[in-house]
Amino acid sequence: MSRRTPSRGWRATLSSAADWIEKPIEALIRACGWSSIVLVAAIFCFVFWYAAPLLPKIDWLGPDGFFTSTNWHAKEREGATYGVLAMIIGNFAVAAVAMVIAIPFGLAAAVYISEFAGPRSKEWFKVGIEILAAIPSIVWGFIAITMIGPLLIKYAGATMGTNLLNGGIVLGLMSIPLIVSLAEDSLRAVPDSFREAAMALGANRWEIVYRVLFPAARSGLLAACMLGVGRAIGETMAVLLATGNKNQIPTSLTDPITTLTATIASEMGDAEAGSPHSQSLFTIGLLLLVITCAINLTANLVIRGNKRQS
Amino acid sequence: MSPAHLELRDLSVWYGSKKALDEVSFSVPRHHVLGIVGPANSGKSSLLKTINRTLEFIDHARTEGTVLLDGENVRDIPNVYSLRRRIGMVFPLPVGLPLSIYDNVAYAPRRMGIHHKPQLDALVENCLRDAVLWDEVKDRLDLLGTKLSGGQQQRLTLARALSLEPEILCLDEFSIAIDPVTTMKIEEVLMRLKERMTIILVTNLTQQARRMADAVAFINASQLVEWGPTEQLFNQPAKELTGRYLNGEFG
Repeated sequence: MSRRTPSRGWRATLSSAADWIEKPIEALIRACGWSSIVLVAAIFCFVFWYAAPLLPKIDWLGPDGFFTSTNWHAKEREGATYGVLAMIIGNFAVAAVAMVIAIPFGLAAAVYISEFAGPRSKEWFKVGIEILAAIPSIVWGFIAITMIGPLLIKYAGATMGTNLLNGGIVLGLMSIPLIVSLAEDSLRAVPDSFREAAMALGANRWEIVYRVLFPAARSGLLAACMLGVGRAIGETMAVLLATGNKNQIPTSLTDPITTLTATIASEMGDAEAGSPHSQSLFTIGLLLLVITCAINLTANLVIRGNKRQS
Repeated sequence: MSPAHLELRDLSVWYGSKKALDEVSFSVPRHHVLGIVGPANSGKSSLLKTINRTLEFIDHARTEGTVLLDGENVRDIPNVYSLRRRIGMVFPLPVGLPLSIYDNVAYAPRRMGIHHKPQLDALVENCLRDAVLWDEVKDRLDLLGTKLSGGQQQRLTLARALSLEPEILCLDEFSIAIDPVTTMKIEEVLMRLKERMTIILVTNLTQQARRMADAVAFINASQLVEWGPTEQLFNQPAKELTGRYLNGEFG
């Protein structure tokens, strides 16, 4: 008893001091957490606010409608039309081409780095991937115009070097580092005991990857792909330079196209503040926000569904 | 004494510059149970991993000496996967692969070309019965193996190892996550399995080794201190250290 009393007193002082500092720290951390939600809401409000005056006047589904036509004549003072169908299609088409390239390449590279590469080359690959991820998108745009474009004219029979395929390739290359590093993280998070157990059963390396690692890392791999899609949809600068910026529905891979993001970027400079033109660009921004939020929400639901299952 | 089923000759293991096993030699006749006892971190698990060559998977690990399986050096077996299928391995911490309970057990048989559903069903049931798990999971074979409790996963691992019909079954602390009653049941099963396979039993429970093993090897600080018939080791150990460990004076 005599030994316990002083230690008790000491603990009591300590805990009251800890309690005192605990409150402000907790408040600070809570503020940081909430700020992420508040910011998203604020951005939504902001974009909505600037688009709002035009929203009641826009024809949404008519012959010159926002979602149903390709007639984008937003600059006209009289009889402006706001059809963004071609941009929506262009946006999704270029993202789809990008993912066809980036997902197989990215996952395969992640599997190689995490499972097959030696410890030293692994480090080099990771450095390489990080540098690839750090290349500014405008530089990718240069690459698209000066390197990929001429190659497409020469070998793919394109009349213009900047087109849907070019944009897809560049976006794919840009998404690969993101997919690789996230997918590699989630593969590495699979405990070695899984690999050992499968190996002890006589599984070869490919079977370990396919039967054990992919199911075990499934949600992480899905998240990696979804974030790749998100990046491809939202990317602006490289797409603006690589796709040819032509407002038409593509009928082949070598058609020049434009996207929602590229339109905003290329026209925002000309648009007078508060004019219907500027408001229409904010409307596109609103649509983009909705699309990316929808993709992220779907990804979350898919991942959560998978987690519950496993 | 019949020719050795498994023989180790001067087997050493290094992790980088650290020696985990120092020139260990012993042999196990067919259908015998060899108990390997010794304190934690003395190299027992590394020893098992050299037998099925999963140690090669670990960076910086290196072995010297030979492991002979039926007189054949395991390092000369060209197809390492076929070697691993001859040796069942149960790890100390349960590893349910992210597959259903059924697929966990059916994995290896399927790889060996058994796809006939009734045959596969019977095999899965037998293995799960042998591992004393069948009654607990027979109604939910579709459940993911990773959803089972630790002790159940451990028995699933055992069932999976048995599905290979291995010639040698290596058990690394199999009872660590299992209650005593189930442990006793599995011990009974293992004593029956002895007729079909040779068993290497790594254990911290000296009494478990005494109950089950025909011979016991005592490994301490990477070295094989003593190896001999079980009763001899327990009653008249040649080395003082062996006696002290088996009597529970350290460990």
